[in-house]
Amino acid sequence: MMIPDGIEDEDKWLTAGIAGLQQNAFYMHRALDTNNLKDALKYSAQMLSELRTSRLSPHKYYELYMRAFDELRKLEMFFREETKRGCSTIELYELVQHAGNILPRLYLLCTVGSVYIKSKEAPAKDVLKDLVEMCRGIQHPVRGLFLRSYLSQVTKDKLPDIGSEYEGDADTVMDALEFVLQNFTEMNKLWVRMQHQGPAREKDKREKERNELRDLVGKNLHVLSQIEGVDLEMYRDTVLPRVLEQVVNCKDELAQYYLMDCIIQVFPDEYHLQTLEILLSACPQLQPAVDIKTMLSRLMERLSNYAASSAEVLPEFFHVEAFAKLSNAIGQVIEAQVDMPIVGAVTLYSSLLTFSLHVHPDRLDYVDQILGACVGKLSGKGKLEDSKATKQIVTLLSAPLEKYNDIETVLKLSNYPRFMEYLDDGTNKVMANVIIQSILKNKTCISTADKVEALFELIKGLIKDLDENLDDEFDEEDFNEEQSSVARLIQMLYNDDPEEMLKIICTVKKHILSGGTKRLPFTVPPLIFNSLKLVRNLQGQDESVSGDESSANPKKLFQLLNQTIEALSTVPASELALRLYLQCAEAANDSDLEPVAYEFFTQAYILYEEEISDSKAQVTAIHLIIGTLQRMHIFGVENRDTLTHKATGYSAKLLKKPDQCRAVYACSHLFWVEDHENNKDGERVLFCLKRALRIANAAQQMANATRGSSGSVMLFIEILNKYLYFFEKGNSHITLDSIQGLIELITTEMQSETVTPDPAADAFFASTLRYIQFQKDKGGAVAEKYEPIK
Amino acid sequence: MVLVLAIGDLHIPHRAPDLPAKFKSMLVPGKIQHIICTGNLCIKEVHDYLKSLCPSLHITRGEYDEDARYPETKTLTIGQFKLGLCHGHQVVPWGDLDSLAMLQRQLDVDILVSGHTHQFKAYKHEAGVVINPGSATGAYSSITYDVNPSFVLMDIDGLRVVVYVYELIDGEVKVDKIDFKKTATATTHSAH
Repeated sequence: MMIPDGIEDEDKWLTAGIAGLQQNAFYMHRALDTNNLKDALKYSAQMLSELRTSRLSPHKYYELYMRAFDELRKLEMFFREETKRGCSTIELYELVQHAGNILPRLYLLCTVGSVYIKSKEAPAKDVLKDLVEMCRGIQHPVRGLFLRSYLSQVTKDKLPDIGSEYEGDADTVMDALEFVLQNFTEMNKLWVRMQHQGPAREKDKREKERNELRDLVGKNLHVLSQIEGVDLEMYRDTVLPRVLEQVVNCKDELAQYYLMDCIIQVFPDEYHLQTLEILLSACPQLQPAVDIKTMLSRLMERLSNYAASSAEVLPEFFHVEAFAKLSNAIGQVIEAQVDMPIVGAVTLYSSLLTFSLHVHPDRLDYVDQILGACVGKLSGKGKLEDSKATKQIVTLLSAPLEKYNDIETVLKLSNYPRFMEYLDDGTNKVMANVIIQSILKNKTCISTADKVEALFELIKGLIKDLDENLDDEFDEEDFNEEQSSVARLIQMLYNDDPEEMLKIICTVKKHILSGGTKRLPFTVPPLIFNSLKLVRNLQGQDESVSGDESSANPKKLFQLLNQTIEALSTVPASELALRLYLQCAEAANDSDLEPVAYEFFTQAYILYEEEISDSKAQVTAIHLIIGTLQRMHIFGVENRDTLTHKATGYSAKLLKKPDQCRAVYACSHLFWVEDHENNKDGERVLFCLKRALRIANAAQQMANATRGSSGSVMLFIEILNKYLYFFEKGNSHITLDSIQGLIELITTEMQSETVTPDPAADAFFASTLRYIQFQKDKGGAVAEKYEPIK
Repeated sequence: MVLVLAIGDLHIPHRAPDLPAKFKSMLVPGKIQHIICTGNLCIKEVHDYLKSLCPSLHITRGEYDEDARYPETKTLTIGQFKLGLCHGHQVVPWGDLDSLAMLQRQLDVDILVSGHTHQFKAYKHEAGVVINPGSATGAYSSITYDVNPSFVLMDIDGLRVVVYVYELIDGEVKVDKIDFKKTATATTHSAH
């Protein structure tokens, strides 16, 4: 692979540099071992000459620098020994200045300077001042930055800070500050100068190199933050203004962004809170291309976390009016940067919102204000196409939901729903889903029709099709999940007061009926069952209470129910509708409304006759009809007869003979209801059972004709069990002879060769016989009854 | 000792949004060996949830179930016991113990589990036991008023099964237990 020439050369030079450095270091060590100061200085200067190179990129220069740094540590130790041996530090200080070239000279000077300060032969501030001034001698950016970085490194533990051993007189902290600030200022200047060196076409390369060096500059701020003597006052009055002055005046985009960020990260949040105004006022003065919004977002994030860390810091926030200041600053930035993309503005408002929720959770008006400002920025733009922006808006809108865990609070925010029209359909659904999941997770109950209306307005993306032409992107599984969520949501809409509940039901009905045929099978059932629950609640109430037309009463609800189930015919969802009609019939039965119950049965029957043609579906449907009808006590004789007659008719007309047989004997229960004496018609019961027997016989004959052998006797055994059921219940028309005859019939058939063996039938017969024996063994009246059976 | 969860008639999302929180925190994966479900879940999400509790999941079809492929009845053997499962809307009259006993004889099982009425029942007769785990969500039922959420846990150990019923009454989970023993020829039971 081709390595670009430049890099290959750089590696060569670096290797050469390291070699030279190591060689001179070797001689230097020899000199140190023999206490030969003169030679030590000579070879160290030669060694340091390698750092005079202009050929290396910052990344590679750093490697060379680190090696020199290590060697200089040993030299420093030697110097310290020398001063103990009698050579004064001042002498050393003079001696090193004889080095030929300025860069090695300055490195050595800094090294001796470190020893000088440590010896305390002169005040720290004097030595520091001297050194920081002398370093001006190097104006080459890379070399200068590394030199000053070295200075900073060797002196950082020797600053005349309060409480340090180098503490000077009254103004000692200022001296330390001055030193660091000056070093910082000079380093920044060198760093910025790099931007303008070299041809325009290499701008990217320069910026990359500058980025590699940025931590050298930033380190100074870190040192500042570590100075004990810098308290809030000093930070506010001296440190921050001086640093900001340099940041603003350098007019360099890269430096400004990095340094502002550095300030925010390095100094404590408490300080930022108290100097918020100063910090924010610097923002408009920065270069236009600086990414202020990211910076502000990070500041707000830090402050939000600070607020969240302990309740005790919150009063500080109120005191400095942090919210107002930040809000203004953001407003100004957004106004000034006309070309800021939407996602930038939304991110800023999002950070401000998080801040507000942490610091002022009770101030809903702040939240609404922020939302208002944000949606104001969106106005006139129509639906947003930028997916980053829409994602950010979802984050923005989710924040209050997560904070308050209560949709009712969120519904109070007047500006909240306004966002929906700027979101595309997909995002609308996402947001609607976020809202629904929040409600379900917190088990929030929404209790008035008005709130339901507001809620459904918010989530309308899921309730109906906002755009007619969505078919191409339809994912069935996702859709089903969404609609199931909506169905669950409907369960959360509830109020104990029947009047209000009725209003809620009407509101929901209005919305779901415009939802389209795909949604109705999901949304109609929960509404039906909520309504049925209300009907049941009303049953407990006195009739006289509901004198007024508009008040909630069962009749009104049943009308509503009827209309809602009718809507399913547009889907069409006949099986579901049939089940729901039967549920309503039972409820009407319990409410003593015979005509209403009859009407529901009629609807169910019509569906059965006209719409349900699948055999399996018919079987289930007929059992549901029979089961429901069997429980009806409300019908007078005529109505009951009509419905029963129809049901038995349907049963006999099912396609498969076994299904017919089972349905018909199930119908026998329609003539024998335990609760009311007059509903026990033993004769009609027997009639049904005999009819079932005939069908079973016919089934056997058919099997014989088509397959050569008779089918299983299972059906006969089932019918036998029904005979026993009614026999035991006291149906006088069920005679012992008929039972005996049936048993013999079954026994004969099972032993016959033409019958297909069926282990299930055998087991059933065996357990039936066991049952008969149990009854005999019981003793008493039951045993007497059963005794004659063999 | 084999733990079998009997549960059903959740009716999610038609009649209930979710299982009660107290039940959900009790039903933890890995503790139960089998789940038998009477039906009316009604949607795939509920099926997946039950499956996550225990891979051995047996379901019969309820009349509102989204998945039409569940069988009408099912039988399985666990230890010394034969169990039968059926939703119950097929057995008329609904909830009638004698008719359910007939189904039990037909399936030839020691324990019949069926639902539909949303009311917990554990009924013993000469040939075996009929259990209705009720509705795990307390869903509306046209048959039963004031449904309390309930489910059943059966501990099958040799010839003995202990039936624990968990009911959520006024926000508190109440547990009751019933013992059944099976012998070769006859059954005896003691209730606690």
